[in-house]
Amino acid sequence: MALKHNVAMPTDLRESAGRFGPYGGRYVPETLIPALDELSEALERYWADSDFREELRSYHRHVIGRPTPLTHARRISSELGFDVFVKREDLCHTGSHKLNNALGQALLARRMGKQRIIAETGAGQHGVATATVCAMFGLECVVYMGEEDVRRQEINVFRMRLLGATVVPVSSGTKTLKDATNEAMRDWVTNVESTHYIVGSCVGPHPYPSMVRRFQEVIGIECREQIVKQAGRLPDAAFACVGGGSNAIGFFSGFLADESVQLIGVEAGGRGLDSGEHAAPLTSGAPGVLHGSFSYLMQDDDGQVLPTHSISAGLDYPGVGPEHSFLKDSGRAVYVAATDGEALDAFVWLSRMEGLIPAFESAHAFAALRTYPVPKGGVAVVNLSGRGDKDMAVAAQTLHLGD
Amino acid sequence: MSRIADRFAHLAASNEKALVCFVTGGDPDVGQLPAILENLEAGGADIIEVGIPFSDPIADGPTIQESSQRALDRGTKVSEIFEAVKSANITVPIVYMGYTNTAMRHGFQRFAQEVADSGADGVLLSDLTPEGGEEWKQHAHAAGLDTIFLAAPTSTDDRLRCACGAATGFVYCVSRTGVTGSEREVPREVTDLVARVRKVTSLPICVGFGISNADHVRMVCGVADGAVVGSHVVKLIHECWGRPHCEETLRAEVARLKSGTR
Repeated sequence: MALKHNVAMPTDLRESAGRFGPYGGRYVPETLIPALDELSEALERYWADSDFREELRSYHRHVIGRPTPLTHARRISSELGFDVFVKREDLCHTGSHKLNNALGQALLARRMGKQRIIAETGAGQHGVATATVCAMFGLECVVYMGEEDVRRQEINVFRMRLLGATVVPVSSGTKTLKDATNEAMRDWVTNVESTHYIVGSCVGPHPYPSMVRRFQEVIGIECREQIVKQAGRLPDAAFACVGGGSNAIGFFSGFLADESVQLIGVEAGGRGLDSGEHAAPLTSGAPGVLHGSFSYLMQDDDGQVLPTHSISAGLDYPGVGPEHSFLKDSGRAVYVAATDGEALDAFVWLSRMEGLIPAFESAHAFAALRTYPVPKGGVAVVNLSGRGDKDMAVAAQTLHLGD
Repeated sequence: MSRIADRFAHLAASNEKALVCFVTGGDPDVGQLPAILENLEAGGADIIEVGIPFSDPIADGPTIQESSQRALDRGTKVSEIFEAVKSANITVPIVYMGYTNTAMRHGFQRFAQEVADSGADGVLLSDLTPEGGEEWKQHAHAAGLDTIFLAAPTSTDDRLRCACGAATGFVYCVSRTGVTGSEREVPREVTDLVARVRKVTSLPICVGFGISNADHVRMVCGVADGAVVGSHVVKLIHECWGRPHCEETLRAEVARLKSGTR
């Protein structure tokens, strides 16, 4: 695929009334609408409040460890024939970009007087980030997690419990992130007055997609400054993995207005797009409504949401943030898929070549980097959204690391 | 006048309130749906809500969620529910209750026509708010369907006006507070909500919040125009359908519930 679709996207034009083009909106039970109005209002008020922004910056620096470095990956650069720089969100406190959002929302929730926090989690990274901020601020924390994910991301369950959170295993439906999200929304419907729901990705009803993007934009803003300083120019291409898409939307945001920068989102191709066992709604789904917003979705002819598969729990989700749907349709970003096997290969490759052990999620972005036609002598940036420690049990089994 | 409005007018004339019963389409087997509907009507249901199962029912409690899952596990298709409703030998008005994505995937216009062709009278999409539902409303009204919207205790007065402005047939008030067996009064949250809705509409008001016996129905009918019994009916059918005398049991239970409306 050639580098095309270079449409500049002024940030003030891409969102209006909670919609990104036709995508987004609010498809939730009436009970939640007043809470979403309250949240939208609080977000706008505090986003414009210099004290709030200063507090957020202070936490970025002293708690998360921002700015995270941009690492020149020299060995893979020479193998691929172009310069690769890696944005190190794996070095954020708690091990992934998820804390950027959980912290921002927790600061907001505190100002809104909410004492109880709920969250959904897939890989457990968002659950850990949420449990962490709740411990910091002394807030009650309940995390919903699919039974299947509780099993395959056990270490993160232990971390959440150690941090004082209640982890509720969800046994309905496919027992993964989608069903954990359903349960969290039901909890919110019931306890909406006392509770803030920290949604972990740029999905859900307005204002969540917009709010989560704002709290993750720091990734892209830092990265743009760093790449200009370190490479002396803007990159030709920027790669990020896409489940719900929060690391990608934050990363892309830094480059949206730079039309020369190709944005590549990488979905979970699972056992291959032809197998049907994957989690790639942008690559092979159709628009529909899930978890409160209109966006690309894996669904059947009756609109029933299809089961997904990915080796990576964090990408194992049938929907995607509405802004990604808009970026896809507008051509500003392109979306491709990497299979489980390609991601595993990239997991090993990055570990051996650069000493960076990526989360399985982030490994998908590196898998696409290896095959995507970046110009020789060019520059690519990749968001390493999280570290791979949590995936070691599955990796050990699959790659026979115990032998 | 729609058949739903007509039904409320008749009930009011005889000084009765409405008993609204909910069943999930496809639980048990969709082939049993006509018989279930016929028994609900025979027992005295004034309106029947037929749930269209959706894979991700964020607005439903555990009983209906599990029921939807059973229906989907059986492979229930939406078209089969429409066929079953069409073939049922009933005169009671039917309201489908479901989620936006089902209607959207079929296409709003086509879905509205399919609903009308099945002989049903209205639709309630649990995750569609009135301001987001303009397009749906137009197609539904063009097909002669009532559009029912939800009112919640958390809704502001402005939002209640908006919901009532978009609703036809009746307004469905929901509560987050379930009643327990020992309670003798409708929760304050519900009486307040019904009073606020009354101020902004002349439409009939139905209330649903875990109502499970005739006393609950009577309590609710003291303030509203109808009581919706959902989980209780779904559970009863799930536990007894296919066993001896279930149809009699169901009819008798509905008759008991109905006695609370008089």
